[in-house]
Amino acid sequence: MLFPSMLRTSGDWFADFEQLYDRMDELLGGRSAVSSIRAVGRAGAFPALNVGSSPDAVEIYAFAPGIDPKSIDVSVEKGLLSISGERQAQDGQGAGGKGSEERTAYANERFIGRFRRVVALTEDADPGRVEATYRNGVLKIVVPKRESSKPRQIQISSGS
Amino acid sequence: MQPQSNSTAMQTQQPQNVQNANARTAPALLPPVDIFEDAAGITLLADLPGVAREDLAIGVDGRNLTIEAPLKLGEANSLTPVYAEVRANHFRRSFELSGDLDTAKIDAGLRDGVLTLRIPKAEQAKPRRIDVRVE
Repeated sequence: MLFPSMLRTSGDWFADFEQLYDRMDELLGGRSAVSSIRAVGRAGAFPALNVGSSPDAVEIYAFAPGIDPKSIDVSVEKGLLSISGERQAQDGQGAGGKGSEERTAYANERFIGRFRRVVALTEDADPGRVEATYRNGVLKIVVPKRESSKPRQIQISSGS
Repeated sequence: MQPQSNSTAMQTQQPQNVQNANARTAPALLPPVDIFEDAAGITLLADLPGVAREDLAIGVDGRNLTIEAPLKLGEANSLTPVYAEVRANHFRRSFELSGDLDTAKIDAGLRDGVLTLRIPKAEQAKPRRIDVRVE
């Protein structure tokens, strides 16, 4: 059996990701061997993205803390979902911050500036009903799958 | 494949110990921070996306300040992972504080996944004047 742990439901989403990556490493002989041309994992890209799939929808999590939700632009065009916006410097943050003349900066690791990330959606995604919510600094985007592409047993149980 | 089956065997023998070991050695996310100092104290900003206010733990042990928090995305159990850049489920980072900071008066706020910590300087670190009596 090639994927024994895939049958085990641990309930821990992140553990599942870890296993998936470990298995990809084994099969492909390296983490960067194969990847979607628009989803190449750049180190330190902002915001970091996690993508998960359920029978009903694709869920995309963008880890984008400290941003006004109104300033985030989420759009779908030709099967590509793009997330863009700008993270402003907070009060006193960065070299140009308020009162910087009396201030010594010891660390400046947090991202500031414009960002844009693009995710390629699968064929069965329905771009007409995308929902996005922002909570605790995480942008959650739910892209429902088309009714025709959903597993048939779901339609039977809902009709009874 | 061989190491994987070994670890499965270990899990069936001592599930408790293995789980504990995993929890201890699981990699923690290192939140990016901004730190700056002015005359009154030090301000620290940390990115902690997916952290709820009630889950955030900020501890001071002696001169060590530790920020620790679980990352929660809500009900994600039914999801099959497709792609992940964030591959741990908790944040942890520690800092050593200097003696002139007042650890009893640390003020913390969490908003939209950004932690703001304010650590004021201790009163005793300010210069004192000593009166000299004439006898």
